[in-house]
Amino acid sequence: MRTLGTILFVGATLCAPLSIPAWAEDPADCRVAENLLEINFPLPKVAKAITDKKLKVLVMGAGSSTLPGPNGQRNAYPARLQNALKEKLPGVATTVVADVKLRSTAGDMVDEMPVALAANKPALVVWQTGTVDAMLGVDPDNFSAAVTKGVETVHAAAADIILINSQYSPRTDSMIALGSYLDDMRWVALQQGVPLFDRFAIMKLWTELNTFDFHSAPNKLDIAERVHDCMGRLLASLMIEATRSAEPLPISGSR
Amino acid sequence: MPPVSTERDLRLDLFRGLALWLIFLDHIPSNAVSWITIRNYGFSDATEIFVFISGYTAAFVYGRAMREHGFIVSSARVLKRAWQIYVAHVFLFAIYLAEIAYVSQSFDNPLYTEEMGVLNFLRNPDVTILQALLLKFKPVNMDVLPLYIVLLAGFSPILWLLLRRPSLGLIASAVLYALMWTFDWNIAAYPKGVWVFNPFAWQLLFVFGAWCALGGAQRLSRWISSPVTLALALAYLAFALSIAMTWYFPWLAVYVPHFVGEAIYPIDKTNLDVLRILHFVSLAVVAVWFVPRDWPALKSPVFWPAIACGQHSLEIFCLGVFLSFAGHFVFTEVSNRVVTQILVSAAGIGVMVGTAWLLSWYKKVERRGSGPRPPATKPGFAGGDA
Repeated sequence: MRTLGTILFVGATLCAPLSIPAWAEDPADCRVAENLLEINFPLPKVAKAITDKKLKVLVMGAGSSTLPGPNGQRNAYPARLQNALKEKLPGVATTVVADVKLRSTAGDMVDEMPVALAANKPALVVWQTGTVDAMLGVDPDNFSAAVTKGVETVHAAAADIILINSQYSPRTDSMIALGSYLDDMRWVALQQGVPLFDRFAIMKLWTELNTFDFHSAPNKLDIAERVHDCMGRLLASLMIEATRSAEPLPISGSR
Repeated sequence: MPPVSTERDLRLDLFRGLALWLIFLDHIPSNAVSWITIRNYGFSDATEIFVFISGYTAAFVYGRAMREHGFIVSSARVLKRAWQIYVAHVFLFAIYLAEIAYVSQSFDNPLYTEEMGVLNFLRNPDVTILQALLLKFKPVNMDVLPLYIVLLAGFSPILWLLLRRPSLGLIASAVLYALMWTFDWNIAAYPKGVWVFNPFAWQLLFVFGAWCALGGAQRLSRWISSPVTLALALAYLAFALSIAMTWYFPWLAVYVPHFVGEAIYPIDKTNLDVLRILHFVSLAVVAVWFVPRDWPALKSPVFWPAIACGQHSLEIFCLGVFLSFAGHFVFTEVSNRVVTQILVSAAGIGVMVGTAWLLSWYKKVERRGSGPRPPATKPGFAGGDA
C-alpha cells in the first residue's frame, strides 16, 4: 500500500496544469475553487474506454443521488453526468446507469456491488455514500473498512472508481455528525489513490459564494435541479481531468 | 496520606471555564469563531480538559467525603451527583426533541430528502425515547454528559483504591485502557455503532485527574518543574501544530515524512488516542508552568468570568449545549453571515457568564441566609464542586 506522503506528493504533481482544465467550459454558476477538483488520481480504465469510444459509468448511491418526484431520476446528477459527458466527449458512446438504493449504508452497497458490477461491466463506478452511515451512527472503523472494501471490489472488477461524500446540509448540521465520516472518506481516497468528488466542500463553497442558498427551506425543485446539474458537470470535468492526468505520468501501472 | 491544600485551586475553575466556552463554540456547526478553539491547533480538544478537571475535582470533593464519612456515604453522594447529571441530560434531550420537531415541520427541501430521514425517529418515539433514557440514543453533541454519568457511576471503587494505593489505582485504570484497545471494548449505541466517547478509554483521563488531585500532582511537581519537561512539552505541541496545519493546507502534507503519517493516523477520538493524551498532558505542563497556583491575577476581574463558569460547570455545560442549539437555529433561520456568527458566539459566552454570576450570587445568599445550618457545604451538591 502506498503511503500518505507518496500519495499526496503524486496528487500535488498531478495538479500541475497540463492543458486547459475541463471545468473551464462549465457555466459560471457551477464554478468552484479549482483545488476542490484537483487532487486527482488517474483513471486508466476510463481513459481507455474513451479511446475505445465506448464509456459506461455505473453510479451507486443512496437518497442524495436522486431527487424526489416522478422525474427525480431524470433530473438528478447521474443523468446530468451523462448529458455533460456527451457534451464534453463527442463521438464517445456514453451510458450512465444509476443504481440508487435509498437508506443504504456503505456496507449494504458493498454487498450489492458484485452483482451490479457483473450486470453492468462499467469502466467507472461513481460511488456516493456516507450520509446514511452518519445518520445511523455506524462505527467509523466499520465505515472506513466498508469503503476500502468497496474500492477494492471495483478495482478487482477492472473498473475505476470515484467516491462522492455527503452533501453539505446546514439545516441538519446539528443532527447528523458527518465529521468523522467525511474525514474517513478523504483518508480512504488518499490511501487507495482514488479521486474523491468532495461534494460537501463544493456545496459549502457555493454557500460562501452565495451561488446557492442551502440555508433557507424553499420547496423549489428547480434549485435542486440546478444543483444536480452543476454536480453532473463538475463530475464530468473531474473525470476528464483525471484521465488527462493519467496520460503523461507513469502512475497508472503502479496500482 | 495526601492531600494537600484545602483551598480551591482557581486554575482548575479557570481552565474548566475556558473549556466550557470552547465546547460551546465547537458545538455550533459551521461556526467561523470555532477557528480559535484548540482542536484546530493540535490533537486534543476541550473535552480532554473537561474530563481531566472533572476527575480532579470529583476526587478532591468525594475523596474528602470518603475519608470523613466512609465509603457508603460518599458513594451515595457520587451516585446522587450522577443522577443529577442524568436528569440534566434528559432535560437537554427534551430541548433537542423540540428543536428537531420544529425543523421537521418547517423544512422541506427536495435536495435533502435523505438527510431529513434523520428525523424519522420522531415517527417511533416509543423506541427512541426509551433508547435515549438508556443513554444508547445520543443526538449529536450530546455525548459528553453520558460519559460523565458512566464515569461517576463507577467512580467510588476506584476512588477507594486511589485513597489507599494511588499508584495501584492509576495502574488499574491504565490496564483497563490497554484492555479496551486490545479487545475493542465499547458500549453499544442506538440505532447502530458504539459510544462516541468510549468510557473504557476516557476513564483513564478521569482517573488520572483524580490521581493528581489526591497527591499525584505533588509527586509529579519535581518532573513538571524541570525545564527538560517543559522543552519536551513545547516540542510536542509544535509537532502537533505542524501536523494540524497540514489538515488545512494540504500542500504542506508533502513535508510530512511517510513513516510519520503511517504512525500517527488515524488519530482516534472515540478511544482517546495516545497522541491526544500526550497533547493534553503537554498543554497541562505548559499551563502549570506559566500559571502558578498563587498567581495573583487569578483573583483579578479579567479571569473572573471564566472562573465563575468553571465553578458551575454542570449548569454552564448544559446551558452551553442549549445555546449551541439556539445558535445553530439563528444561523439557519435568521442569518449565517460571519458577523452573525461572531455576535452569536459572543452573546452565548455572555449568557454563560451572566448565568454563572447569578448562580454564584444565589449560592452566596443561600449560605448567608441559612443561618442555623452548618456552614459545611454539601460536597458535590453545587454544580461547581464536581
